Amino acid sequence: MADHPLLALQGVTKTYGTGDAQMHALAGINLSINPGEFVAVMGPSGSGKSTCMNILGCLDTPSSGEYRFQGVNVGGLTRNQRALLRRHYIGFVFQGFNLLNRTTALENVELPLIYRGMDTATRHRLAKAALDAVGLASRESHTPGELSGGQQQRVAIARAIVTEPALLLADEPTGNLDSKRSVEIMELLTAINRDQGITVVMVTHEPDMADYAKRIISFKDGLIESDQKLKGYLC
Amino acid sequence: MLGNAFLLAFRALRRNAMRSVLTMLGIIIGVAAVIVVVTLGSGATRQVSQQVASLGSNLLMVSVGKRMGPGQVSGAEAFKLADAEALANDVYGLAAVAPVASGSTTAIYANENWSTNVSGTTDAFFSVSNQPVAEGRLFTASEARLGTAVCVIGQTVAAKLFGQQNPLNNRIRLQKLSCEVIGVLKAKGQSTMGTDQDDLVVVPLRTYQRRIAGNQDVNLIKVSVQDGQDTEKVKHEIEGILRTRRHLASTEENNFNVMDMKEIAAMLSSTTQTMTGMLSAVGAVSLLVGGIGIMNIMLVSVTERTREIGIRLAIGALENEVLLQFLVEAVVLSSFGGLIGILLALGTAWGLSGLMQVPFVFQGGIVLTAFLFSAAVGVVFGYFPARKAARLDPIEALRHE
Ligand SMILES: Nc1ncnc2c1ncn2[C@@H]1O[C@H](COP(=O)(O)OP(=O)(O)OP(=O)(O)O)[C@@H](O)[C@H]1O
Ligand SMILES: [Mg+2]
Repeated sequence: MADHPLLALQGVTKTYGTGDAQMHALAGINLSINPGEFVAVMGPSGSGKSTCMNILGCLDTPSSGEYRFQGVNVGGLTRNQRALLRRHYIGFVFQGFNLLNRTTALENVELPLIYRGMDTATRHRLAKAALDAVGLASRESHTPGELSGGQQQRVAIARAIVTEPALLLADEPTGNLDSKRSVEIMELLTAINRDQGITVVMVTHEPDMADYAKRIISFKDGLIESDQKLKGYLC
Repeated sequence: MLGNAFLLAFRALRRNAMRSVLTMLGIIIGVAAVIVVVTLGSGATRQVSQQVASLGSNLLMVSVGKRMGPGQVSGAEAFKLADAEALANDVYGLAAVAPVASGSTTAIYANENWSTNVSGTTDAFFSVSNQPVAEGRLFTASEARLGTAVCVIGQTVAAKLFGQQNPLNNRIRLQKLSCEVIGVLKAKGQSTMGTDQDDLVVVPLRTYQRRIAGNQDVNLIKVSVQDGQDTEKVKHEIEGILRTRRHLASTEENNFNVMDMKEIAAMLSSTTQTMTGMLSAVGAVSLLVGGIGIMNIMLVSVTERTREIGIRLAIGALENEVLLQFLVEAVVLSSFGGLIGILLALGTAWGLSGLMQVPFVFQGGIVLTAFLFSAAVGVVFGYFPARKAARLDPIEALRHE
């Protein structure tokens, strides 16, 4: 595989508040994820999963310790440099879909391409291809209000993968969906990981969903409690 | 980057079309108010100067009293015919001198009566005040000297007393005087002060003094200066002669007034300009209020769109890109509002100028200024909300409900 992991956390902590009110959302995390992995993150509420995802997604920086993304120390980057890193390497899928409302599916998916400065024709082509990949080719001119929850989440996934990122982060992508829709989303993520080789890191509370992953990491009180690799997956 | 900002801004504005329109309303009204006022104001100013020019700009009005304006006569002695004759003989460079004695009188013909202004003057009056005859004839120098019972009437008087009838050769009654209408003057319209210049009856001076006023007074001497003569110099000469004739000591102020129509023109246009300026200021204030409206809406919009901003930032939008998008939204709103305001204003000003009978004067300068100002309003009042949006923390923004 690659000479260095896609991402590596070394003694990462995240502290909120000061003095007596101080609390450690992350208490010292060591973790490394290689390109092409499909990782599920589990753990009780408040155990630091989302905090960790934010750091992995370069939305936040560690209070101490070191986070390297493709060998680059993210802690040493400016806000704008981290934004550029997200723009070019990372795709996000959030629990609440987070689509722009009153904006068509196509325009939502186009958004990251606009920030990449792509010309209109290429942008349209790629966005349509991404919507096609999530099975929504016929819904490109629908706004989020005209789509079901599962469809909205698929639009969000299309938006995350349209840039062909190195890393796809999904924080409880099936949290708002019934089990049938959840299965569809998981199959979609599995296919993206398998066919496009995009590394997927996903937070979930449901063991059924975690079973789709090749590796399950469990958080407890800001620490990694267990880290299992499944299905004879070789690192 | 700017192209992207425009694309994103237009998409955002389209999503909130209703609010965009309401936000623009403040700017639209402000810009429209300023332009309507300035356009009508300059129309009025032009009208004033045109009217003054039609009076004859080389006209001097010599009146009794210290200041111009009515009610200022304050006991000063009236002129006599001899004063006017002295001016005609002794001042070099005059084209004509017309002594005028006038007062308000009821004119009666058959069953009709009409209260009007009667002026007793010489035949020079008609050329000095630029009033040619439309029908009939003017009275002659000898008729003026003899004081015959003839009169020349304005269009308004003709219409009020005679209706459709021909007034010529009919006799009208002015107090004890019965006089024959020998001419009707050409219509002159409203004066700058809004008085009807066609509402008058002109009789020979001597006739007026003897049969109507019962004294030898002359209240006004109209003097027209020859073309190419320095009116300022003529004015000084007139003042010198009148001071001597009225026995004023060198310490005393003039108890009469020589007014140059050019001065009146300047005074009137400066009055209209002041009015225009004041009303424009009111318009400018509403433009400012419109700008604050934009800021208000943009601030609300930033709060309301916090999640959207979070999404943009998470996706990899740079601070400057978010800033620029919001700034462009504000500028597009304000300048588009400005544009609509301009069109609205030109339409309104055109309609109103017709109603108010002032010429429609297109003022390119103020239109351009208003447009640039409205765009500037967008930049100034859009900057603060835009910066607020750009500086949001993506994580918190995404969590925002
Ligand atoms: N901005 C913040 N300020 C203060 N405390 C915070 C902040 N963000 C997170 N925390 C705290 O850090 C801890 C970990 O939060 P985190 O959101 O990572 O939990 P989680 O594992 O994602 O929980 P859940 O499964 O409920 O989403 C929690 O106790 C939370 O209260
Ligand atoms: Mg969470």
